Amino acid sequence: MRASRSGRRGPGLFRSRRSGREEGARAALVAFVSSIVFLVVVGWVVLTSEAWPAVQRQFFSWGHLVASWPAVLGGFWLDVRMFLVAEVLILVIALVVAMIRSLRGPAFFPLRALAVVYIDFIRGVPIILLILLLGFGVPALQLPGVPNSPLFWGLAALVISYSAYTAEVYRAGIESVHESQRMSARSLGLTQMQTIRYVLVPQAIRNVVPALLNGLISLQKDVALVFILGIREGVREAQIYTARTFNYTSYVAATILFLLVSIPVARFTDWYTERDRRRKQAVSR
Amino acid sequence: MTVPKLELRDVRKAFDGTPVLEGIDLVVRPHDVICLIGASGSGKSTLLKCVNLLVPIDEGQILLDGEDITAPGVNPNRVRERMGIVFQRFNLFPHMTVLDNITLAPRKVHGATRDEAEARARELLGRFGLEDKADEYPDRLSGGQQQRVAIIRSLATDPELMLLDEVTSALDPELIAEVLDVIRDLKSAGMTMLIATHEMGFARDVADRVCFLDGGVILEQGPPAEIFARPREERTRRFLQRIVEAGRL
Repeated sequence: MRASRSGRRGPGLFRSRRSGREEGARAALVAFVSSIVFLVVVGWVVLTSEAWPAVQRQFFSWGHLVASWPAVLGGFWLDVRMFLVAEVLILVIALVVAMIRSLRGPAFFPLRALAVVYIDFIRGVPIILLILLLGFGVPALQLPGVPNSPLFWGLAALVISYSAYTAEVYRAGIESVHESQRMSARSLGLTQMQTIRYVLVPQAIRNVVPALLNGLISLQKDVALVFILGIREGVREAQIYTARTFNYTSYVAATILFLLVSIPVARFTDWYTERDRRRKQAVSR
Repeated sequence: MTVPKLELRDVRKAFDGTPVLEGIDLVVRPHDVICLIGASGSGKSTLLKCVNLLVPIDEGQILLDGEDITAPGVNPNRVRERMGIVFQRFNLFPHMTVLDNITLAPRKVHGATRDEAEARARELLGRFGLEDKADEYPDRLSGGQQQRVAIIRSLATDPELMLLDEVTSALDPELIAEVLDVIRDLKSAGMTMLIATHEMGFARDVADRVCFLDGGVILEQGPPAEIFARPREERTRRFLQRIVEAGRL
């Protein structure tokens, strides 16, 4: 077990095929030195090129970064809050849709058909179109008793769209649970819904956590799409600054903020997936 | 004459046009222990799944306490509450502890409180020597322990009838005895059981009646002493001959 494990130490940055502590240290040193050399060469090429001063002025101006930072950060905070609200709704709604789609028997055909139509339809429409349609369209109707804020409908479009994709992720998980589990549960007298809820879904979710985390990273960036409705989130604030100053450093500021959130989540996803893979291997000795 | 616990009348089932059961007639009286024997693919498993309504039958009738459970409009969940079935592979729920596996159906189907269900589960675990495994997850148990838990899980809802489908086939030889002991224990407690098995020695020992399935029908049935010592049918004789040659009887 141990010998076979030390051979491949997972998808780390410094992967080494040899084993042994000394070899590992040597590999790390080689990786470190070659990275430094690589960075120095690239840095030298970029910084000595004729275009660099112009690029630096337009994208990496310290003065503009400082000047645009508060507005972009404030807008980005709205992105974070939108993301958190949307993610919770998506995880719940998608699970319900997937459970409905997993029901069997002719009696449930209408419900199942509804779930399939929803998933097919929504996955076939560009998300930006859905945001425009709901975000501008619904408030324009001035319906009584219906929220009129573009923010509400922009978020609704994101939730509707992402729920369709996420429902399919859950469904794949439910179907990956062995048929005998469904049969055992049914033989104990559990109804279909009880079987799905207590037996299939808990096992399914464990199987699809990496895929769900992947969707989370994607959503964390896509919330910025509501900028098209004029909502002053991070990207919109950066755009406003650029429009005023003709300098793009504010976009770089927004980029930095998104990366600060998404890279840790990506690393966590990798770590979790790797840990789960090891556990499964350990169980099935 | 009392009403049979379970009665099958001319039960037929085909899968994609291939007939598996071609007219099964069987009467199981209360407290009967019936062993179904026969080659792999002779329909033993299918027969048990039909009784549990996990597989719908094509023709015929299945009666539980004289009441047709294959009639249209019968709620299969209500029928399944009254019988327990245990499969070849252990099919415990891997994400739940032993205790949760056992208490799930009593709590969710039979409306027991958690305290009631757990008290009953611990009592059953104690009866079969597994009291210290209540909080373990199934993958920490041996195959024999898992199968005993699966039997206890079925017993927890106080079934009137137990269906056992090759419950020892997936076990290492040294683990078979502990599972068979549980079944003997159930017999002495008066449980009505329908058992599909390859363990001929066990069938001879525990069965009130042995049924030999062949070609989709019960070709021959009778007390084990008769079936094993003086089979009437040539095919039964040949089947038993092969078993003996394999050293299993």
